[in-house]
Amino acid sequence: MTTELITTQEPEAGAAPASGARQVWRRLRARKSALAAAAVLGLLVLLALGAPLLAALEGQDANSYHDTLVDSARGGVPLGSFGGIGAEHWLGVEPGTGRDLFVRLLFGARVSLLVGVGATLVQVLLGLAVGLAAALGGRAVESALGHLTDVMVAMPLLVFAIALMAVVPADFPRPVLLVVAIGLLNWGGMARLVRAQALGLTKLDFVSAARLTGASRRRVARRELLPSLAAPVITYAAVLLPANIVIEASMSFLGVGVKPPTPSWGQMLSTATTWFRADPMYVLLPALMLFVTTLAFTVLGDGLRTALDPRQASRLGVGRKRRTTRTSGARTRTSGAGGTA
Amino acid sequence: MTTVTDTPLVVVDDLSVRFPTGTGDGVVRAVSGLSFTLAPGGALAVVGESGSGKSTAAYALLGLHRGTGAEVTGTVRVAGQDVQAADDAALRKLRGGTAAMVFQDPLSSLDPYQAIGDQIAEVHRLHHPGAGRRASRARAVEVLDRVGIPDAARRARSRPHEFSGGMRQRALIAMALACDPRLLVADEPTTALDVTVQAQILGLLRELREETGMGLILVTHDLGVAASSVDELLVMKDGRAVEHGPAREILARPREDYTRELLAAVPRVNVRRETVRTPKGDDSVLLEATGLRREFGRGRKTVTAVDDVSLTIRAGETVGIVGESGSGKTTLGRMLVRLLEPTGGELRYEGREIGGLKDRELRSFRSELQMVFQDPVSSLNPRRSIGESIADPLRAAGRLDDAAIVARVRELLERVGLDPDAYHRYPHEFSGGQRQRVGIARALAPEPKLIVCDEPVSALDVTTQAQVVRLLGELQRELGLAVVFIAHDLAVVRQVSDRLVVMRGGRIVEEGPADTVYERPRHAYTQGLLAAVPRLEPAEATA
Amino acid sequence: MTGYFLRRALGALAVVLVLSAVVYATFYIAPGDPARLACGPRCNPEQIRQVREQLSLNDPVYVQYWHFLQGIVSGHDYSTGTGVLHCQAPCFGLSYQNDQQVTDLIVQRLPATASLATGAMVVWLLLGTGTGLLSALRRGGLTERVLTWLTLAGTATPVFISGLGLLMLFCAYLEWLPFPTYVPLGDDPEQWAWNMLLPWLALGLLESAKYARLTRSSMLETLAEDHIRTFRAYGATERSLIARHALRGAVAPVVALTAADFGSMFGNAMLTEMMFGLPGIGQLLVNATRTIDLPVVVAVVMVTGTAVVIANIVADLLYAAADRRVVLR
Repeated sequence: MTTELITTQEPEAGAAPASGARQVWRRLRARKSALAAAAVLGLLVLLALGAPLLAALEGQDANSYHDTLVDSARGGVPLGSFGGIGAEHWLGVEPGTGRDLFVRLLFGARVSLLVGVGATLVQVLLGLAVGLAAALGGRAVESALGHLTDVMVAMPLLVFAIALMAVVPADFPRPVLLVVAIGLLNWGGMARLVRAQALGLTKLDFVSAARLTGASRRRVARRELLPSLAAPVITYAAVLLPANIVIEASMSFLGVGVKPPTPSWGQMLSTATTWFRADPMYVLLPALMLFVTTLAFTVLGDGLRTALDPRQASRLGVGRKRRTTRTSGARTRTSGAGGTA
Repeated sequence: MTTVTDTPLVVVDDLSVRFPTGTGDGVVRAVSGLSFTLAPGGALAVVGESGSGKSTAAYALLGLHRGTGAEVTGTVRVAGQDVQAADDAALRKLRGGTAAMVFQDPLSSLDPYQAIGDQIAEVHRLHHPGAGRRASRARAVEVLDRVGIPDAARRARSRPHEFSGGMRQRALIAMALACDPRLLVADEPTTALDVTVQAQILGLLRELREETGMGLILVTHDLGVAASSVDELLVMKDGRAVEHGPAREILARPREDYTRELLAAVPRVNVRRETVRTPKGDDSVLLEATGLRREFGRGRKTVTAVDDVSLTIRAGETVGIVGESGSGKTTLGRMLVRLLEPTGGELRYEGREIGGLKDRELRSFRSELQMVFQDPVSSLNPRRSIGESIADPLRAAGRLDDAAIVARVRELLERVGLDPDAYHRYPHEFSGGQRQRVGIARALAPEPKLIVCDEPVSALDVTTQAQVVRLLGELQRELGLAVVFIAHDLAVVRQVSDRLVVMRGGRIVEEGPADTVYERPRHAYTQGLLAAVPRLEPAEATA
Repeated sequence: MTGYFLRRALGALAVVLVLSAVVYATFYIAPGDPARLACGPRCNPEQIRQVREQLSLNDPVYVQYWHFLQGIVSGHDYSTGTGVLHCQAPCFGLSYQNDQQVTDLIVQRLPATASLATGAMVVWLLLGTGTGLLSALRRGGLTERVLTWLTLAGTATPVFISGLGLLMLFCAYLEWLPFPTYVPLGDDPEQWAWNMLLPWLALGLLESAKYARLTRSSMLETLAEDHIRTFRAYGATERSLIARHALRGAVAPVVALTAADFGSMFGNAMLTEMMFGLPGIGQLLVNATRTIDLPVVVAVVMVTGTAVVIANIVADLLYAAADRRVVLR
């Protein structure tokens, strides 16, 4: 709570902490929840990548109908317990069609991850480009980009994305369309973040010092700003990624996402709404997959944020007290200086 | 609570405070084995540099470490109450009732949402549950009036942001007075204030002490502030008491080496500069500003930060610019190196108009005008090694190859008193003073003709401050640089300046040879400014 | 203050204008031939030509856009062959499906969406801020850890999963509640509430997670401020510190976000509406998308976008009112 603490406690407290990937990794490693989440995600990626192999191992494919496995008298409920789980179909079959659930879930993971990661990449790149241009450009550029960002943020994302699906030709590949649509529509937040952070950084003296060396704007952006932007951008991307996955699932749930027969978790859940009494397994499996995926990304993102910037209070751990000390310490330093306008 | 007059007001015996470090294993001793007493009505200053544990010790007097995870051992007695042993209710009674605290930053220390009078009334009611709302409010107005808030009854309804910095600090002192405490603990109460306001607040504290007979414990890094306010000094270093005794005696005849060192480092406003610049013959005009202006904002909200400033800087001379906050000195400094574009007037560098040039047009002589910044934390990119930061201007110039650049950087590091092998280390591995040395090395790298130093030492401890000022002086003489030294601290500026410029409200109020301005100030503002500087010698302080 | 408001209103107008241009370009110009869509699949070329005439699709693009804006501001007359159909301002055109005025369609759908958004807001304010405050005040304990994980789980649960779960639990297995069907508030308030309960919970739960996180961090930030320390040093109890000095600062961002979220609910409640079969704006949009009913699609995008813009202004005003340190510029 005092100035003294700063220097006695940690000499480097005043400086920006994460100065190397190694330190970030060390702090991340200390958080079990984040590690577990990373492990889950790693497994998921492996499953998605190895989907065709695993399907071959099971001896099934995603789109073959198995009329014999469903009870047509009861409207197509899978025969056998727990939705037809057995040696042939490891996670049972889809009600109505008898398609293999295990393989469909694996291929669904591909869609989720592809759209999630792809859209996030588009958002990060666009956000960085627009945000940096707005922060470093002249007044006209800044206000034009600022208004554009305002429009993007005001655009109701899901509404617009769904509306887009109405006008894009049906033969355009849907996963790509989803990546482009979500990516192009939802970069406003990232752009605002980058702009605000970059503007904050340009007020710092080290950027002024760089300008005094005669460095061009682009050089300043690359050498002085980008390294410091990495942490907030990664942190925010970790929030966007699970959100994008949910958006894809939502659109498929509403029937405006990927086209059948391409499997998607959202679409399966949509069908499941009519089956949950007769075949609860069909609801639980895709719901669980989606939930675990988004939860793992969220937990990992939370861990990453704390690892990248320990001064940001963690939501899962402790560390509040120390933050207080630092803030008041920082204030002491600047206020002690009798700064001028 | 009746106390005999000869029992001490405060007894601290073998006080230690340890903070568990966040990383889990170790603890940090902020205070170890501290003992002192304070007689009723006495005044003691706890003086030390950052990291000395002075504030931590002061917080222990009110039991403020309780519940924070800090381990406190030893005994603290305030007005007979054992702070360590007291239960929560007794402690709450002590806080504000028996001993009241005045914090450093008056803006953030007050609730921004509530009227100042209400906040003081709340404190009064906390300790006088029987008093009615009206009585408490009346008391709030009374104490506000006592600390010199004009029109207190009306101003009591204002919220903190409607007060000036000095008035806020007065309000905080009023809050402390609300319950007639027997002890006032003031933690750097004037550090955030301008020197003239500081003098007023210190005067107020003196008056109040004489009037109410309360004891005062003043925590400060500034020996001058301590010297002019208290009878007794306690010098701390690294959590321990170094020296303790009557202020007059310690200041006149320090017994310990550290105290001597500290006293020697304190810049004196009334002492002439030791080394005077030897003119090198080349007195050509380097930079010339005529009617320079800078406005911020547009329309009705335009603020003029620098207003019609004319200034000439000759090769090899040092010009000091002093002023209080809001005087426009930083804005002026930034315009001189063209980090900011003037909105009016002329700025000539070696006879060439540079005021309106674009970044690209400036590039050919950018490196000849350099700057050393105030904040040692933000002036270095935390994600690049210091060597890279210093090498930047050399790389931008493109004249040297890689090996030559590294050699030059190592040479510069050595010149500013750092280990040349520190090239690959990062800013957070250095102390504030060392980082400021890195900043100086970076400014020197492109062999500039002029360096503008904007408050280069104000964030540093006094001993470090002296070292950095000495280094700047040496470099300036050795390299024949022109230096513009901007600071709020008149004493520091005196140590380095050939000429002095005094600014106020964006304008220059006085300018002249440094010794002339310091010894025979003509403008009333300069006279007031100089009179407000706390003097180290107690005899002078009272004069 | 007035100046600020005027500037914000003008800015909002500009944003909505740009939005309208983007929307218009995307939906009326990009897809090729709206006449074919408006006319339906079984139209012959002659009929399409007539429709094109009727919708003035032969005019230059900017003229069409101008008419579109004019329609919104002052209404529009359509010739139906036999007579003139006046479409009152704000006119977004006629539905391709049934020639109904799009504005009417939206107005019909508003009550369901507004019911959903209002109820959900109550849920997230009670549950979300409550959880957040509790976990901020019980820092470091088991309560906090449990609440933190619950919040994380809440964030990771899309509404169609929690909604499905609630349906399965309360309607299918426990049979405590009816499968929701929308009953207008005016018809039967009690039935309205019972039927809306699950949708409110489903949407409210999701938002609660966000509010819990925000409230918690905002409370912790406020508690760490210097003025809290001041009153602690003057003998205030922890309870009065929170009630008198911390709460107000802590809820300021919550209030602002609530306003902003309420505005975006008109677009974001879509999933919940589909999930529970509520006849709201979202359902209208999804159906219109399936049938490529362009006027409806465009109108919904415009209306929801405008709602977001207005809500953001309200949010900023509320924030400034709650946190007096903020200066509106």
